[in-house]
Amino acid sequence: MSDKIFRSLLLVSALILLLIFAGMFFSLSKGAVPAFREFGFFGFIFSDKWISGTGQSTEQYGALAFIAGTLMTSILALLICLPFSLPVAFFVGEYFRGKKVAGVLGGIVDLLAGIPSIVYGLWGFYALRPLIQSLGLSEQGFGVLTSSLVLAIMIIPYAASLSAEFIRMVPQELKEGAYSLGATRAEVIRNIIFPTSFSGIFSAYVLALGRAIGETMAVTMLIGNTSRIPRGLMDTGNTMASIIANQFGEADGLKLSSLIAIGLLLFLITAIVNFLGRLMIKRHSV
Amino acid sequence: MKKAIFLLAVSSLLLISCSQKTSLSGAGATFPLPYYNLVFKAFTENAGIDVSYGGIGSGGGIRSLKDEVVDFAGSDAYLSDEEMAEMKATIHVPTCLGAVVLSYNLPDVSSLNLTGDIIAGIYLGKITRWNDAAIQAINPALNLPDKAITPVYRSDGSGTTFVFSDYMTKINKDWENTLGTGKSLNFAHGIAAKGNPGVAGTISQTEGAIGYIGSEYAFALNSPIAYMQNAAGEFILPSSLSISAAAQEGIADDTRSMITNSSAKGSYPISCLTWIIVYKDQAYANRSEDQARATLSLLNFILSPAAQAQTTMVHYAPLPKEVIDKAQKALSEITYNGKSL
Repeated sequence: MSDKIFRSLLLVSALILLLIFAGMFFSLSKGAVPAFREFGFFGFIFSDKWISGTGQSTEQYGALAFIAGTLMTSILALLICLPFSLPVAFFVGEYFRGKKVAGVLGGIVDLLAGIPSIVYGLWGFYALRPLIQSLGLSEQGFGVLTSSLVLAIMIIPYAASLSAEFIRMVPQELKEGAYSLGATRAEVIRNIIFPTSFSGIFSAYVLALGRAIGETMAVTMLIGNTSRIPRGLMDTGNTMASIIANQFGEADGLKLSSLIAIGLLLFLITAIVNFLGRLMIKRHSV
Repeated sequence: MKKAIFLLAVSSLLLISCSQKTSLSGAGATFPLPYYNLVFKAFTENAGIDVSYGGIGSGGGIRSLKDEVVDFAGSDAYLSDEEMAEMKATIHVPTCLGAVVLSYNLPDVSSLNLTGDIIAGIYLGKITRWNDAAIQAINPALNLPDKAITPVYRSDGSGTTFVFSDYMTKINKDWENTLGTGKSLNFAHGIAAKGNPGVAGTISQTEGAIGYIGSEYAFALNSPIAYMQNAAGEFILPSSLSISAAAQEGIADDTRSMITNSSAKGSYPISCLTWIIVYKDQAYANRSEDQARATLSLLNFILSPAAQAQTTMVHYAPLPKEVIDKAQKALSEITYNGKSL
């Protein structure tokens, strides 16, 4: 009897989650309809115009500048995070596996994940931005590079701990076999561990990318929030999440619908990225 | 024992919900938030009615009023005729006056004169250095540095941008034809920051920067503030006096007026009214008559001399008498199910 109750409870809560997901998708789509009707679905995605105010005769909204900003910052963040997170993963998952020092390092890296993003934003604003200015990289210190650097630090723990997990999963027999043939540690890592855990590590980075795409607060504080396609790494730009955070409060009519449409696109992009990540994990574990 | 505690908890919860007093909730503009915090607290102490106010932006406040989930909305921009036609009859009640100030970061300059045309030149990218002849001409006593000007603007939609751009549109043809008026504009030059504190912080961190900020934030953060040339040709600092002076004349009977570029002598040119918007008929969404009366007494309290005197404590300006009279006349039209309150 109690087993039955438990089962139906589980079923209900699982269904509720599904319903919430469907509801979110539905309400986003519904809110986005006026924008898509006005500009066309692809017209909206591929237009970089974001014009409001009475200076121009018509309002015009398009998502391209924000899609570009989002992809540029998150992919750059992923590239920057790679040389830091991968060594941490091998350090914790293989070299010093089970040792105290690995536990401490792993703990500290995980701690990075717990810091609220506004704190990263403030650190970027007061510490990183003056540094970039004084290095002469850019006049005012805001921009794609500044936000990518902070984003990279934010996603290191996600990429590192998940990758370490997959590195640990490589069967002991495989490694011992390689050692018994006279392979050095570096050779074992390059020829055994890395190939075996590659799809797992790959999926860890895809999930980290998903996290970088959705990040709002820290990026909003550092990217400069100019609604155009960044012309370089030092240029200011805007991301999909931060244009919504910035302009939602005072938006109405067509602009509100356009912001919701951007929300829908963001939803779709993160869903696709996460789906790809999970697909890779699945292939790996089979 | 456990059961007893549980029962006790449930019954006390019920008791709390039963003995609930009338309370008011509103949402909207962040611009007058410091003033509202003061006034609502004083009102709660006087009348025993709790008021909660969510600073979610004017647009959000008006959306909440449309959805009939709040008792009142705070807004820096009055409703347009089209917006009013879409809603049930509403009333605008002005609550206080504020200003948008130009703050700058120039280490050796403590007093700076500016005109609307110069600011337009800066934001449109035509004036790019501080020692530009146009700026030097109206600041003969200053030795302005050969330094790049970084204009800072709001990245978020904002009533502050609306008021600022309303003034600039009146003053400068180029501005009118390229940027115009709006809560967020597509500026082509400068950098953007979120919220008044964000703009103020970016200015203080960037040498050579200039930006527009709600006056109360500039005063609170002690940022240097520029003298602005008004329509009478005087260079004026924003103060309670000069802001109130801007509202002396030209206010419509329903108080839906912009008071930028006022022709009054001694007035600060980028001044503005801020409003609380309520439904004319207070019977909606199952609100009780008590709720309606509470809303009315809150609005009356805000217009009282005691509450108006508090404006200057947080760097706003009190409403002139003529505006108070117009607001009180509007309040007298409030009804509950068609019956006057």
